[in-house]
Amino acid sequence: MRAPVLVHDALTLAERCKDAASVALIGLLLGVPMVGLTTVDQGGALQVATRWPLLGAFVLAVFVGRLVLRYSIDRVSAGKRLRERAEGAATASSAGGAGWVRQLGIAALVLALLMPIVFSDNRYVVDTATTVLIYVMLGWGLNVVVGLAGLLDLGHVAFYAVGAYAYALLSTQFGWGFWAALPVAGGIAALAGLLVGWPSLRLRGDYLAIVTLGFGEIIRVVLVNWTDFSGGPNGIASIPRPSFFGLPFRPPGDTPSFAGFFGLEFSPMHRIVFLYYVILLLCLITNLLVTRLRKLPIGRAWEAVREDEIACRALGINVTGVKLSAFVFGAMLGGVAGVFFAARQGFISPESFTFNESAIILAIVVLGGMGSQLGVVLASLVLVLLPELGRDFSEFRMLLFGAAMILIMIWRPGGILSRREPTLRVARKEGGA
Amino acid sequence: MSDLLQPILTVDRLTMRFGGLTAIDDLSLAVPARKITAVIGPNGAGKTTLFNCMTGFYKPTLGSVRLNHPQRGVLALEGLPSHAVAHRAQVVRTFQNIRLFPRMTVLENLIVAQHNPLQAASGFSLAGLLGLPAYRRAEAKALETAVGWLTRLKLIDKADVAAGDLPYGTQRRIEIARALCVDPVLLCLDEPAAGLNPRESAELNELLQSLVADDDLSILLIEHDMSVVMNVSDHICVLNYGRKIAEGTPEEIRNNPSVIQAYLGEEEDENMDASTEGAAP
Repeated sequence: MRAPVLVHDALTLAERCKDAASVALIGLLLGVPMVGLTTVDQGGALQVATRWPLLGAFVLAVFVGRLVLRYSIDRVSAGKRLRERAEGAATASSAGGAGWVRQLGIAALVLALLMPIVFSDNRYVVDTATTVLIYVMLGWGLNVVVGLAGLLDLGHVAFYAVGAYAYALLSTQFGWGFWAALPVAGGIAALAGLLVGWPSLRLRGDYLAIVTLGFGEIIRVVLVNWTDFSGGPNGIASIPRPSFFGLPFRPPGDTPSFAGFFGLEFSPMHRIVFLYYVILLLCLITNLLVTRLRKLPIGRAWEAVREDEIACRALGINVTGVKLSAFVFGAMLGGVAGVFFAARQGFISPESFTFNESAIILAIVVLGGMGSQLGVVLASLVLVLLPELGRDFSEFRMLLFGAAMILIMIWRPGGILSRREPTLRVARKEGGA
Repeated sequence: MSDLLQPILTVDRLTMRFGGLTAIDDLSLAVPARKITAVIGPNGAGKTTLFNCMTGFYKPTLGSVRLNHPQRGVLALEGLPSHAVAHRAQVVRTFQNIRLFPRMTVLENLIVAQHNPLQAASGFSLAGLLGLPAYRRAEAKALETAVGWLTRLKLIDKADVAAGDLPYGTQRRIEIARALCVDPVLLCLDEPAAGLNPRESAELNELLQSLVADDDLSILLIEHDMSVVMNVSDHICVLNYGRKIAEGTPEEIRNNPSVIQAYLGEEEDENMDASTEGAAP
C-alpha cells in the first residue's frame, strides 16, 4: 500500500509522535497567517489582531488528528495485507467474483427500469436519474478510449458538443426529427473523432492529452465566436423534444398528442419519464455494443495497445488503426449522448461544454475503475448524486465532493471496480467442443 | 529443394547510425532457412539494433534486408512498418525485456497475436457483433491454435491467469508461444534464455530444435547463454562494435582467435563467464 504518507508501516510511539509533530509544524506554518492573524475593525480602520490561543488549539488538533489518522491508515492497510495473503491462497475463486458483478449489474438494471414508476410524481428524482444516465453514457464512451485503449483523452466533451450542436442545427434548421438525427449526429461526431484522431494518435500519453485538451477548447471557442453558425454565446433555443412515435407530449388540442392518444390526463411528467426511458435504452444499447466489442478481436486489440504498444506492433497489429477505431467509437458514443442532451434541454449553449465536463467524465472513468462497465455506473451515481445530496451544505459541498473522491482513491486505488474479467477462457472452449 | 541452400533472410551492407554513433557498420549476413542461427557478441555490439532494423522498428541508414518468403517471394523488409513485417512478411520477434500484455490472461495474449486473421473473419467487427458462424469458426480455430501452443510449451495450466502475475521464466515461454501464434516463417528471439535456470534453458533448447525439425521454422536468436548458443545453433555470427568479426559453425567460432579476443580481451567484459562456460565442454 503506497499511501502518500511521510513514514511507513509499523511505527514506535516516538516515531508516531515525530511524524505527527512534523505535520503539526506544517499546520503551524500555515496556521500563523490563516488562523493566528486576523484583521479587526477598530473605529473605521483595519488593524491586525492576534489569536494565539486559537492557533495553539488548531496545531494541537492537527497533531492529535494526524496521530489518529496515521494509526487508522496503518490498521486498515495491515488488515488489507492479511486479506490479500488469504486471497492469494485461494485464487480459484475468481469465477465467483464475476458472478457477483453480474448480479449487481442485473440488480442495477431492474432498479433503473422500476425507478420512474416508483417516483412517477417526483420530477426532481427522475430528472436527476436522467442526468446520471447521460453521464453513464458519456462515461462508457470515454471508457472505450481511456479505459480499454489507454488513450488519455481530456477533450471528450468536444464530441458531446458536436453531437448536441449537430442535432440542434439539424432539427431547428432542417426540421429533422430526433430519431432520424440520432445516427447522423453520432456519425458527425465520429467524423470529428476521425479528423482529430488521424494526426494526433501518433502521439503518446501526455502529448495526446494536450492535443485532446486543446481540441476540446477549440470546439468551445468556435461555438462561442461563430455566431452565424452556432448562435454564439446565446446558444440555440427551442430545440424540438423527441416525440413518442410521432405523438408529441403536449396538452390535448387539435393535433394528436401522447396524452390524447392514450386517453390519459395530460401531465408534464410523461415527457420526463419518456426521456428517462430513451436515455436508458441508449445506455443499454451502448452497454451491449461495448460488451460485445470487448470480446471481439478489435476489443482485445484495444486492451493490448493499452498494455504494450510495441509488443502489438511486433505481433502485426496496426496500432494506429486500432487506436483510431477506439477514438472514433468513443467519439460517436459521446455524440449520441450529446444529441440526447440537446433534445432533453431544448436549449444548448457553449456553457454546457466546458473543460469541467471533460474532467468529470474522466473522473467517472478513473474512479469507476478503468475498463469496468459497472464501475462507470457506480462512479456516475457518486459524482452526480454527491453534489446533489450536498446541496444542504451550500458552499461546502464541493469540499465534501473532494473529500469523497480522496476517500475513494485511498480505499480503491484502482477505481471502485478494478477487477478485469478475461474475454475468453480455455474452459469455455472445452465445454463447447 | 533448392531453398534448403538458399538463405531465408539476407542482410546486405546494413548500416545504422544514431547521430555520430554507428551501431551497425556495413553488416552483411545470410540466415539459412530451417536452421537455427545465433547472433552473439559483447554488450553494445549492435545485436538488438540489427533486430530492430530487420523488424521495422528502426529504418536503417543504408543497406537492405531481404526475406525470401516461401509463398510470397522476395520481400524488402527495410522499408516496411513494423506491423507489416510481422503481418505480411511473417517475421516475428520477441524482446529482450519481456513485453507481454500483463493484465490480460495468457490465453488472451495468444489470441491477440492472431489479431489479423480474426479481425478479417470478424468482418471489421460487424460479423463478429452479429455472431455469424464464419466468425465463430475462426474464433474456435484461433483458440485451438493457442491451446495447441500452450500445451506444447507446458503452459496450459496457466492459460487463464493474468500474464503479468507469472514467474519470469514462464513469461519468457509465453512470449515465445505468443510469437508462434502469429504463424512466423522466421522467428527472431532476443535473448530467450536470459534469466532462465539451467533446467529451463535445456527445455528451451529442445523446443527450438523441435520448432526447426517439426515445424519447418527458421530461427534467428540473440543469446548470451553459451549453453544454448553452442548446443542448438547450426550457424553463429559474431558481432563486435557493429561489425561482423566471425561467422561459422559453433566449433569454428569456439576456436576463432578474434572471437576470443573480443570476449576476453575487453577490459570491462561481463560475458567472460558465459564464454568460458561455453568453451569448457
